[in-house]
Amino acid sequence: MSQEPLLSLEHLSAHYVSQQGTRVVRAVDDVTIRLGAGETLGIVGESGSGKSTLALTIMRLLPTAARIVGGKIMFEGENLVDKSDREMREVRGKRIAMILQDPMASLNPLFTIGNQVGEPIRVHEGVSRANAWERAIGLLKAVRIASPQTRVAQYPHEMSGGMRQRIVGAIGISCEPRLLIADEPTTSLDLTIQAQYLNLLRELQREHGLALIFITHNLGIVAKMCDQLAVMYAGRVVEQGPVSRIFNAPAHPYTKALLGSIPRMSDNRRQLTAIDGQPPDLSSLPAGCSFAPRCPAAFARCRAEAPPEFAVDDGRTARCWLAAPGAAQSLAAQAAK
Amino acid sequence: MTVITPPETATLAAGPAAPSTAFWRSRGFPLIPVAILLFIAFVAVFADVLAPHDPQIGSLARRFRPPVWQEGGSWAYLLGTDHVGRDVLSRLIFGARVSMIVGVTAVLVAGVIGTLLGILSGYLGGWADQVVMRVTDTWLALPALTFAIFLAAIVGPSELNIILILGLVYWTRYARVIRGEVLSLKQREFVRLAIVAGCSKRIIMWRHILPNVINSAIVLATLMLGVVIVTEASLSFLGVGVPPPKPAWGLMMADGKKGLMVGYWWLTVFPGICIMLMVLSANLLGDWLRVKLDPQLRQL
Repeated sequence: MSQEPLLSLEHLSAHYVSQQGTRVVRAVDDVTIRLGAGETLGIVGESGSGKSTLALTIMRLLPTAARIVGGKIMFEGENLVDKSDREMREVRGKRIAMILQDPMASLNPLFTIGNQVGEPIRVHEGVSRANAWERAIGLLKAVRIASPQTRVAQYPHEMSGGMRQRIVGAIGISCEPRLLIADEPTTSLDLTIQAQYLNLLRELQREHGLALIFITHNLGIVAKMCDQLAVMYAGRVVEQGPVSRIFNAPAHPYTKALLGSIPRMSDNRRQLTAIDGQPPDLSSLPAGCSFAPRCPAAFARCRAEAPPEFAVDDGRTARCWLAAPGAAQSLAAQAAK
Repeated sequence: MTVITPPETATLAAGPAAPSTAFWRSRGFPLIPVAILLFIAFVAVFADVLAPHDPQIGSLARRFRPPVWQEGGSWAYLLGTDHVGRDVLSRLIFGARVSMIVGVTAVLVAGVIGTLLGILSGYLGGWADQVVMRVTDTWLALPALTFAIFLAAIVGPSELNIILILGLVYWTRYARVIRGEVLSLKQREFVRLAIVAGCSKRIIMWRHILPNVINSAIVLATLMLGVVIVTEASLSFLGVGVPPPKPAWGLMMADGKKGLMVGYWWLTVFPGICIMLMVLSANLLGDWLRVKLDPQLRQL
């Protein structure tokens, strides 16, 4: 990447600290990610791997028990970590928008669609109610809602699920943000609507030059939607890089296991493949690599020392001793002994 | 071969009668209680026209007249006269005005204070929540009536003071309920969406939280109306409420209680019936509203 990336997380850590300060949950730990304008980044991982906390960290909306303990969030050349609450409100919804896990419930039942789609515009640009209403109609058109003139005056309960979904998308893009974070936006939808919605997001992205962060645990969606992929495990990014390269040749055993657990039509195995064991307790991580207890390829060093990020090939990194330069030779040597 | 009986297409096509949007036609609407409340309100508004006599001026010459159907009663004083010869019916009519004004305003005062503090406490959390909830706990630990008497003793009895006292005594009920609602609303996706869209706390509380709790506040208000009216009557009965000679129902009962043992029953029974009817009506309306406006049942 030659030019400045749109968003760049540098060694970002966000921890939950118990009231006595005795228990520390490393929900996001030393995460470094770069995302260029117009690119799509997929973040995958099991439940509790820190995906959603990472999204909230970028928005600076962590719950009170959690705080950013280190690192930088560079967005369009500014460090969001240093911004005050008031300054962050200017960023939220205007420059970085977010679509929540359950867009079906994201609309206030008591307000018209026009009011809700226009709300961020009114909040951020201080335009009149009538003006926001007109813009809302345009936005509904942009998300392909038929007869926006009548729909704009209706209430959420008069809309179908797919339409509400689109409306939430319209709210997301209402102030023409540069970055849209979608936190599992399709988990509550059935498959046909899912596909439609993903297509819509892609179109919006292309038309508005949005960068997109897609948080999901569905690798199929990642393959369809994303350019870049970051795999999270126990609060850390264990592997990241271009989607096609990771899918073709995963470098980290966890990524391998994740890809291996996708059921395929061609399979005639009786059982689905699962990863043995449980994700670790984030408040008492094992000394070495946090995946070591479940890793089929773990060796002595993995249990003693956490691996740093190694460059695997161009633009790809993995946190695994197997990816360390010369790892293959030293392993072979160990085996020979 | 089986015979396939067609479904009852006729009735299906006609469908159930289109649900009426009219409020008073919905199921279980408490017609009689609402009629009673409206009647009391009507009487209160037009008391000057309706009352046959001045409620505050009597004549000792015609004290303790019984109601018209009893021996010694007259048509001029339908429900009899009291110990200083004032017309009971006229006093009841003007008493409706006192009860309505005091009841409704006190409920409003309590409702506004309680709802605002409930929203602030529930949404902001932290020390604001701690302060409001600890005050509420303390408030609820005090017996409402004793507390009201205490306040009345300090500021002295007057209609305005009674309203403020009742508002101050009962706002905690609202604060509790509204805070609970806000705590669950706060987790709803549309509130979180407003947060990620960059709305300030003030906008979220005003535009997203308040409209969603107003229903509960209204239901609570109708239920509280009964409580407040009884408290007002009790305060008047105990002599720290609406100061005499203003006709308040509770005060009328207090004045008449000595007469009860010597057969002047109408002095206490009629105001008692009025209080009972009003409170019962308010509660029945409140119960119905609670079901009608329940967020879970509303969408059915």
